[in-house]
Amino acid sequence: MRSAASYRLAIVGGSVLLLEVLCRAGVIDHLTMPAPSEILRDLAVMLRAGTMYPAMAKTLLNVVIAFSLAVVVGIAAGVALHGWHALRQGLDPLFATYYAIPVFAFYPLLIILFGLGDTPQILIGFMLAVVAVIMNTLNGLDRVSRVLLKTARIHRLGPLATALKITLPCAAPHVLTGVKLAVAYAFIGIIGAEFIMSRTGIGYEISFAYNNFDNRIMYPLILLILVVSTVVNTALSHWEKVLMRRRGQG
Amino acid sequence: MVRSRSSALHGLVLVVGLVIGWQILFEIAGENALAPPLETVTYLLQLLSTAAFWGHLLETARAFAMALALSILLGLATGFTLGLHRFSGEVAEPILVAFYSVPKITLYPIVLLAFGLGMPAKVAFGTIHGIVPIAIFTMNAVRAVSPVLLKTGRVLKLGPWEMVRAVLFPAALPEIFTGLRVGFSLTLIGTLLGEMFAAQKGLGYLLMTAIGLQNVRVIMAVTLFLVLFAASVSTLLVVIDRRLHRRAA
Repeated sequence: MRSAASYRLAIVGGSVLLLEVLCRAGVIDHLTMPAPSEILRDLAVMLRAGTMYPAMAKTLLNVVIAFSLAVVVGIAAGVALHGWHALRQGLDPLFATYYAIPVFAFYPLLIILFGLGDTPQILIGFMLAVVAVIMNTLNGLDRVSRVLLKTARIHRLGPLATALKITLPCAAPHVLTGVKLAVAYAFIGIIGAEFIMSRTGIGYEISFAYNNFDNRIMYPLILLILVVSTVVNTALSHWEKVLMRRRGQG
Repeated sequence: MVRSRSSALHGLVLVVGLVIGWQILFEIAGENALAPPLETVTYLLQLLSTAAFWGHLLETARAFAMALALSILLGLATGFTLGLHRFSGEVAEPILVAFYSVPKITLYPIVLLAFGLGMPAKVAFGTIHGIVPIAIFTMNAVRAVSPVLLKTGRVLKLGPWEMVRAVLFPAALPEIFTGLRVGFSLTLIGTLLGEMFAAQKGLGYLLMTAIGLQNVRVIMAVTLFLVLFAASVSTLLVVIDRRLHRRAA
């Protein structure tokens, strides 16, 4: 395991080094991409100057709103659908094909409905994220063992108490898988929507820099997004693994 | 058989429900914001009889077909290589998973700078969306193939190509197919996103110009078309997928 990790580090490091050499040697022309070391330096300069903090804060806030909405609504809908069998069966075709539908195609429509503000972006992030939470919550609830449910009935727990005390904690690892996906989808949705059309946010800043051929802003921002989303996802995957192992399912 | 008929019924109820919801939304939001279902369908049919729309459609179809072919080819090759060589798989998996969850739209400027405007950039953008899920699913599928099958293959002295063709591929097919299904959707999204910027043709371009003109009817008709296409192909793929899994189980 350790050696796999060090190989991985070597591969990533080696690719960055190769990119650096190619850029320095002029194989990759400077207008196309600055060398990685320059990108890093520009990022440091940018972070120190603080010019991008308002855009970052705005993007992050929208990601958090979309993500929280998706988790709350998704878990509630998952619990409700688990109890309402007919509706669940009716919605099954929707869930099965949901991620095949290009959600971003709805963005123009949402802009017309809500105007070019934060709402359409949050809705796109929410729409992408919520179904992953619902599906994983259902998956987790399906795996709760019968004995535990019988125990709940013996203790005469109401439906809400059963959900909070028995089923949700049991389903937690699976719900967490949904939550992890929701983070990724909220990021993808918000930044994608900002990139397509908006007036603020990191995605907007990237497309603005791109349209002005401003590589010294564009590349550092792209790097920032890559680093943030990788770190967040790795952390959540790690947590998920720990949780699964504790359940003896890992 | 009964099962599939009842799920077809569920699908029908769902579609009717969605159309009713759409009509209600229209009544609330008004005609400046939305077009009603019937009008959208007739407008879409009208669009489908114009040569201009077919030009955009064919452009998107060509880009999507190329991107999908590349995603499948490269995804399967990567997946089989990493699945067969356990250590490489262990090294590469977290990298693939991390890449899967990155908002790839931010890489679009880089793709554009590397490939220039036009078809190659669209195809490349579709491919980077589709290749990763196919590779991840294939890798896990190949890893999960029972060792007995592999041993049998080795006893029969199969060459590496024969091994993939006669043992690994059939054994791993259900899981691989799931990967292809996910790859299909993501490639479509990637291709469309690629067309939304810096393209002069294609459905994505049509959507972008329609936003600029606030042309609700075009937006709704194109969105409906895309949703219908994606949902029907995906339903077909889901049915095949479930059948493959049931046969394997």
